[in-house]
Amino acid sequence: MTVAPFPTTRRSVVLALASADAAERTRAFDTLVACYWKPLYKYARVAWSRKREDAEDLTQSFFTRAFEKEFLATYDSAKASFRTFLRLLFDRHVSNEWKAGQRIKRGGGEVHLDFDAAEAEIGRDSSTVTPEEYFHREWVRSMFALAVERLRARCAADGKEVAFAIFEAYDLDDDRGVTYRELAVRFDVPETQVTNFLSAMRRRFREVVLEALREVTTTDAEFRKESRALLGGKK
Amino acid sequence: MNWLSDDAIARLRDISEQPDLTGSHYEMVRELGRGGMGIVYEVRDARLERSVAMKVVDDEWRAEAKIIAALEHPGIVPVHDAGELPDGRFYYTMKLVRGVRLDAWASQGHARTERLRVFARICEPVAFAHSNGVVHRDLKLENVMVGEFGAVLVMDWGVADIAGTPGYMPPETTRDARSDVYALGAILKSLLGEEAAPRTLRAIVERAMDNDPSKRYENARELGDDVLRFLDGEPVSAYRENLLERAARWLGRNRVLVALLLAYLVMRVIVFFWMRL
Repeated sequence: MTVAPFPTTRRSVVLALASADAAERTRAFDTLVACYWKPLYKYARVAWSRKREDAEDLTQSFFTRAFEKEFLATYDSAKASFRTFLRLLFDRHVSNEWKAGQRIKRGGGEVHLDFDAAEAEIGRDSSTVTPEEYFHREWVRSMFALAVERLRARCAADGKEVAFAIFEAYDLDDDRGVTYRELAVRFDVPETQVTNFLSAMRRRFREVVLEALREVTTTDAEFRKESRALLGGKK
Repeated sequence: MNWLSDDAIARLRDISEQPDLTGSHYEMVRELGRGGMGIVYEVRDARLERSVAMKVVDDEWRAEAKIIAALEHPGIVPVHDAGELPDGRFYYTMKLVRGVRLDAWASQGHARTERLRVFARICEPVAFAHSNGVVHRDLKLENVMVGEFGAVLVMDWGVADIAGTPGYMPPETTRDARSDVYALGAILKSLLGEEAAPRTLRAIVERAMDNDPSKRYENARELGDDVLRFLDGEPVSAYRENLLERAARWLGRNRVLVALLLAYLVMRVIVFFWMRL
């Protein structure tokens, strides 16, 4: 039995949090914020039932403190996934803040986050799930949204905006009535090209989403487990 | 960043679930089916220019796949190749089986003798696996393929944490050769259908499906052998015959000989009376 070689990409930004290079640490931290701030903010709003301004402060202060104290670098993959580690840290952060009975004041060096957008997304959600399931679901949404944006940026850089626009219209838009023929007319390409574009974009999306996942995991075992949590199977 | 609806996420998950075969010598053809263990696709092996079946499973079943690959038997689908996908899932490729699933085959109205011969053939790879310490855990009509000339292939081996399928699952929770025997008994029962089966055949089914595992056949070999004995008109281990039944079975088994003897006796009687005239 032979094992076929498949390439793996990108190193873990979770590991890069402990880098001696300050610039690398900052880049890694920014990536983690991009993946996790929305799920944590929504989690504070929905699972912890916090008011908007409190949830904003909690999210800001969590990341500010995490960056200053560097406690994300203490993550041990043998104990839990990074996603679970982060959620438990956030739970503790919210709980401590509640015990202290005061709002944490935003300090310098805070991250800039678009809370209006996150707030609008909460309004669209009406389903009831456990706090863990909610956080998981929002993490999936955040990872996919990040991958879609990365794919959009790369397609723009490669001059493949039409291919991305077709992918967006067919796979991301909730209007399921659109046909290949309509897309061919709308984007002025042959119908066969719509098929080719979609196939290529889907393949690239798979690559990008796995690349993003590899960045926020630390070991192969964690990657495999989180891959199933993200793409299907066990939550 | 745009909002992704739950439906869009479900679609992206479906897209991401398709094995990424970029950089490998396989090309996706279509999905063939999915079960508890994983998803089976038809893929084209570009190197050997043939279609094969690719089963994609979660990594935790990697060890199971290797065990299955080590089972070389004409009744077990041979594994050609294995590896890891970029998303961490494990895959292995197998011969693409062409035939009819046993549940469909069973409804085609084959004679009982033929159904029993096919059943005995199912027992062979299972017995082989048992002798190698491998248990199937989920034997059922849907996991057996029958080829054009009655060749039998047992599929979907050794699912680590699947208890089985209702109707084929024994009452006990442990899974060993005797739990496979129970499932084989359920298959035999299904193959016999609603028809009135002889008492000996019913006894074979009852012994295979006994609630007490220690009263069942020890393994698939014993069960298969009992069915073959029934087909050959020999006494079966699952049923103790009385004298009358033994005589009836002997008569049934030696029908030609008995007919010849009777013909001979009739001739002798005719000749005897003719000579007296």
